[in-house]
Amino acid sequence: MKDASDITLTKPQILVELGRVLPTNCIIEDEETLRPYECDGLSVYCEMPLVVVIPETVQQLQAVVRLCHQHAIPLVARGAGTGLCAGAMPHAQGVVVSLARFNRIIDIDEDARTARVQPGVRNLAISEAVGEFGLYYAPDPSSQIACTIGGNVAENSGGVHCLKYGLTVHNVLAFDMLTAEGDLVTIGHQGLDGAGFDLLALLIGSEGMLGIVTEITVKLLPRPEVAQVVMAAFDDVEKAANAVADIIGAGIIPGGLEMMDSHAIRAAEEYCHAGYPIDAEALLLCEIDGTLEEVQEHILRVENLFRQLGAIAVRTSNNEEERMLLWKGRKSAFPAVGRISPDYYCMDGTIPRSQLSNVLKRMNEMSEQYGLRVANVFHAGDGNLHPLILFDANVPGELEKTEEFGGKILELCVEVGGCITGEHGVGVEKLRQMHAQFNDEELSQFHRIKEAFDPKGILNPGKGIPVLKRCQEYRSIEAAK
Amino acid sequence: MNKDISSELVDQVSAAKSTLQPLNIVGGGSKEFLGRVSEGQPLHMREHCGIVDYSPSELVMTARAGTPLVDLIDLLDQHHQMLAFEPPLYNGQATLGGTLATNSSGPSRPWRGAVRDSVLGIRLINGEGQHLRFGGVVMKNVAGYDLSRFQAGAMGSLGVITEVSFKVLPKPATEKTLTFELSQADAIQKLTQWQKQPKPISAAVWVDGVLSIRLSGAQRAVDGTSRQWGGELMDEKEATLFWESIREQTHRFFHDSRPLWRFSVKSSLAATGDDAMVDWGGAIRWVRREASLPNMVQQAIPMEGQVSLYRNGDREAEVFAPLPTPMKQLHQQIKRAMDPYGIFNPGRLYSWL
Repeated sequence: MKDASDITLTKPQILVELGRVLPTNCIIEDEETLRPYECDGLSVYCEMPLVVVIPETVQQLQAVVRLCHQHAIPLVARGAGTGLCAGAMPHAQGVVVSLARFNRIIDIDEDARTARVQPGVRNLAISEAVGEFGLYYAPDPSSQIACTIGGNVAENSGGVHCLKYGLTVHNVLAFDMLTAEGDLVTIGHQGLDGAGFDLLALLIGSEGMLGIVTEITVKLLPRPEVAQVVMAAFDDVEKAANAVADIIGAGIIPGGLEMMDSHAIRAAEEYCHAGYPIDAEALLLCEIDGTLEEVQEHILRVENLFRQLGAIAVRTSNNEEERMLLWKGRKSAFPAVGRISPDYYCMDGTIPRSQLSNVLKRMNEMSEQYGLRVANVFHAGDGNLHPLILFDANVPGELEKTEEFGGKILELCVEVGGCITGEHGVGVEKLRQMHAQFNDEELSQFHRIKEAFDPKGILNPGKGIPVLKRCQEYRSIEAAK
Repeated sequence: MNKDISSELVDQVSAAKSTLQPLNIVGGGSKEFLGRVSEGQPLHMREHCGIVDYSPSELVMTARAGTPLVDLIDLLDQHHQMLAFEPPLYNGQATLGGTLATNSSGPSRPWRGAVRDSVLGIRLINGEGQHLRFGGVVMKNVAGYDLSRFQAGAMGSLGVITEVSFKVLPKPATEKTLTFELSQADAIQKLTQWQKQPKPISAAVWVDGVLSIRLSGAQRAVDGTSRQWGGELMDEKEATLFWESIREQTHRFFHDSRPLWRFSVKSSLAATGDDAMVDWGGAIRWVRREASLPNMVQQAIPMEGQVSLYRNGDREAEVFAPLPTPMKQLHQQIKRAMDPYGIFNPGRLYSWL
C-alpha cells in the first residue's frame, strides 16, 4: 500500500488545485485557524494538517475526493472531532475535510419511522427533531450533544442503551457514500435488507478508511412510554457483578445497566450530589423502559433481586427529575474524575461480564504496580469497560507510563475473551494493541479489504489497521521484556 | 454431535485453491432453492458441528457452522432463551452457517433484528486457505473491519464460515396473537399507526384478508396492548402453527409453483395488490407472478425498494436486483480480496461474482 512518501504535490500546488473546485471561504490554510483541527477528543495525539477544507455541497466534496485521489493526497474526514482514539488526527501531508456544513436534516418520514440526515447533524439533534412524533434515534454515545451522526457511522458508536437497542450498525438503514475514487454510491435502501453484500455492516465502524458518507437514513424508534431507574449499592464488586448476571439471567433486558467502582462513585457524588452512598464499593444503575405495565412488573423484580443479592442500598426513581438526577452522577463521571486528578486517560475495552471481578482485581494490582490510580465506569449490560487512569501530564514520564498501563489493560481484556475497543475505535491510539487481538493473516485480510476500496490508500491513512512490519516490531519488544 | 473438522476443511480449500476447483458449500442442503444455481464440488459442512460455548447470563452462544439450528434451540429452550431472529428450520435441516450466509430471518426480524444483527464474531476460511477469526464473543467490538456481520447474505461467496458467535435473547414471558379482518390497504394503515407506538409487537403479517399481529413480552404489557387494540384473539396452539407456517414458508400462500418475488420496501408503502402477502410489518411484500426479473425491477423502482426472485423461476438467470456499475466493481474487488481464486460458490449471488 502506498503512503505519504508517494505524495508529489507541494502545499502551494495543492492549494491551487483546491482553489479550482472550492470557494475561498471553504479552504483554511493559515496556522492559527488550522490549529483547532490538530487533534480530536484524544489530544495526546496531535498533527497539523496541510490544509482543512469545509465544503458546502456534495459536488464540492466529490471534487475534493477526486482531486486527492488523482494526486494521492491523504484525506481525513472529520465530524465534530469528539472521537477518543485519534481517528480524526490529521495527516501532516494531507487534507482534512470537515463535514461541519453538512448539517441539515433532509427529511423525516414519520410513517416509515426514518430520517434522512446529512453527516454533520449532531446525534442528539435527530432525537430532538423527531420528538414531536413520539420517535427518537436510539444510539446515545455520551458525547451525543456534540458528536455527529457521520462520526457515529465511522465509529459504530454505542451508548448506554445498546444492550437493548443496538449500536449504530443496528440503527442505520442506508447511506450515500463517496468512494476513494470519488464515485457517489448508495448503500442499503428504505427496506430492511438488500441485494448483494451487506456493505452497511462492513462500512459502519470502518473509521473513515473505506469511504466518506454524505447522507444517512437512520431508523427511528417509538419513545418508550416510561423509564425508571433503580440504583443499587454494594459493599463488594463481585456481588454487584453477580447481580448484573442475575438480572440478565432472569430474562430482563434493561434499557441501560451501568456500574461504577468506589473511586468513580465518590468523585461523581462530590461533583453532583446524586445521592450515591459514598461508602459503597460498587454501584449499579439499572434502567427499565417500555410500556407502563412492563416497567412496573420488571422494576419490582429488579428491586427484589438486588435486595436478595445483598445490596446495602436500593433506590428507585419515582419521577423524571429523580431519574435524571440518578443518571447525572453517571453521566458526569468523567468530568467528576477530572476534578480529582490533573489528567485522566479513558480506556475502552470489552470483556465477558463473567470476567468483571477478575479484571477489576487484576487492574487494581497493575494500578499499584504502576503507581497510578484507576476509576472505573462500566457499561455492565454489554461488558464495555471504561477505566479512567488518573495521572499528571506535568510529571515527566507519567503520560508514557499511563499509556503503557492502558495498553496492558486492553491486552488483559483480550486475554479474558474480550476486545481492545468496544466503541471508541482503534484510530492511532490502539494500533499497538491490534496485534494482541488479531494475527498477521487476519490483519493482512483487513489490508486487502482496505485495498479493495482504496487502492491508493488515501482515506485516513495510518489508522485502524497496523502495518504488519510494526506488529512484528511490537511483538519482539513484548517478547524481549 | 460434536466434531471439529476444520483442519480437513482447510485442506480441502487449499487443494481447491491449487487446482482452481470451484467449491459449492453445503450445510444441511435446506436452502438450495435460494440464489442462483452454483456449480462446483460440494464442500460438506454438516459434520463440522457442535456447540462450542454457551453462557446464558452473557446471552452469548458459539457453535460450529454445521450445527443444525434445532440443536441450538433445544439447549436455549432449557434456559428460557431463544434465537432473536426466528429463522426457518426447514425440517431440522437448516444449519447455523447457512442461516448466516443467507441472512435467513423470520417474522420477528423488524423488531428483534436479522441474523446479521445477532452475530458477534465468526471463524472463516478465506480463499488463501487461512482459518481466520473476526469479531468476538462480546456485544461491542469495533476493532478491525466487521467481517462477521458482512457474511450475512453473501451466500458463502467470501469464504467458508466455520464458527459463529451470536447474541441470544430471553424468551418473552407471554405471547398473544390478535387478528383483524381488513383489506391490505387498511391493514398497512393500521400497521403504520401501531408501529409508531411503543408496544410489544414481535410479528405482523397480512394474508388472505386477515392481519395477524403477535405481541410478546411481560404479561401485563401484552394484556394491556391487546385490550387496547382489540381484534380477535387467536387460539394459542393455532397461533404457534400459524407463525411456524410463515417462518417456514409452508403457509398455503406459498403452495404455488409460480416464481415467488420478494420485495424489500419501507414498511409504510401503500398496498401492493390483494394477491400479495405482507410480512415484517409491511417491510416485505411477497408476490407470486410469472414475470422476468427486469420487469419486476421496473416495478420496484417507484416502490423505492428492491426485488429478488426468491423461489422457483429461472435460477440460471440473475435472481437478485442488479447493481449499479460502481457497486458492481466494489463487489468484485471485495470478492477478490477475500477469495482471490474465485473458488467459493461462484455465480451463486450474481453470475459475474
